[in-house]
Amino acid sequence: MNDWPLWEVFVRSRRGLSHVHVGSLHAPDAELALRNARDLYTRRQEGISLWVVPSAQIVASDPGEREAFFDPADDKVYRHPTFYSVPEGVEHL
Amino acid sequence: MPNVSFDDLLADDGRVEPRDPMPDGYRRTLVRQIAQHAHSEIIGMQPEGNWISRAPSLRRKAILMAKVQDEAGHGLYLYAAAETLGVDRADLLDQLHTGRQKYSSIFNYPTLTWADVGAIGWLVDGAAIVNQVPLCRCSYGPYARAMVRICKEESFHQRQGFEILHTLSHGTPGQRAMAQDAVDRYWWPALMMFGPPDDDSPHSAQSMAWGIKRFSNDDLRQRFVDMTVPQAEALDLTLPDPEIRWNDERGHYDFGEVDFGELTEVIKGNGPCNRERMAHRLRAHEDGAWVREAAAAYAAKHAVPEEGAA
Repeated sequence: MNDWPLWEVFVRSRRGLSHVHVGSLHAPDAELALRNARDLYTRRQEGISLWVVPSAQIVASDPGEREAFFDPADDKVYRHPTFYSVPEGVEHL
Repeated sequence: MPNVSFDDLLADDGRVEPRDPMPDGYRRTLVRQIAQHAHSEIIGMQPEGNWISRAPSLRRKAILMAKVQDEAGHGLYLYAAAETLGVDRADLLDQLHTGRQKYSSIFNYPTLTWADVGAIGWLVDGAAIVNQVPLCRCSYGPYARAMVRICKEESFHQRQGFEILHTLSHGTPGQRAMAQDAVDRYWWPALMMFGPPDDDSPHSAQSMAWGIKRFSNDDLRQRFVDMTVPQAEALDLTLPDPEIRWNDERGHYDFGEVDFGELTEVIKGNGPCNRERMAHRLRAHEDGAWVREAAAAYAAKHAVPEEGAA
């Protein structure tokens, strides 16, 4: 065995905000991953909730395929409100 | 949204992320630098850890424990950043243990008195901050993000050191002498932390071109001297360099020549504590083996059997 598996750590800093990825750590199991994450990433009250996810479980898009993968959004500027012209003087639109 | 090349990213001051294509040399340089940085953090726990049991008050002891705990945390952030480049933490530790990778030479100096804990916080962490703040804008994303966290935490380290020395320098004559002695011993090694002079720093130009390094060794050393001289006056302590004086023309403090021969010797392994630091690290690693094995065995025993498994 080389090392314990890798876990990704997500912290919710306060109510009303989502969990944000802060880094990773090694731990033998989920329980120790949580405890280590607390000691490593919230030593200064940075969080009120923690998620740990085995890194191997994360499915990611391929950077090499980025262009083709995100291509469908490239030619749809009409999804943005700024695409539309509004006559002068019209408000609340 | 075309795929941007490595060179375009750098030209645009963009950030390189783990799975982006990058030149082998860039990857190797980063692995070496981040690993050395991580090793420095965990070896750096030793000189100060040496004083936890003898801290002069419960307040100082709690602060020192928090600081040493931070150093462990910084090491872990950095090992994680290095791993995004495709290396294993266990391998990096192995390279430290077999002497193939280095740690900062400053941790090969001994902490002889309590005042040394103050001098390390003020001068060593002060120098580290000057070195590290520009790394928050390093071109490699995971390293830059780790450095942001580290820099936030380091400023407490520097202040607590300053406070220790301030208390001692305004205490009894004996305490004052102890503070001065610690500053006398740590000043020059702290200046060496910025590395060899610019005309003798072979990798600097390439690292600057890659956006790993943002300022030259000598520029950073000057910045540290400029911010530290007035702080020494506030402490009412003397820096052990008679050549320090303000230069109106340059707009900087002049200072004496650093003995880079000493730096070379310490890097080669001939500092006062090189062997002791490595022996301690190896012992800690070996003594901890049973804990790692027990945790792994416990995890295996309690792992949920996969569905359909016999």
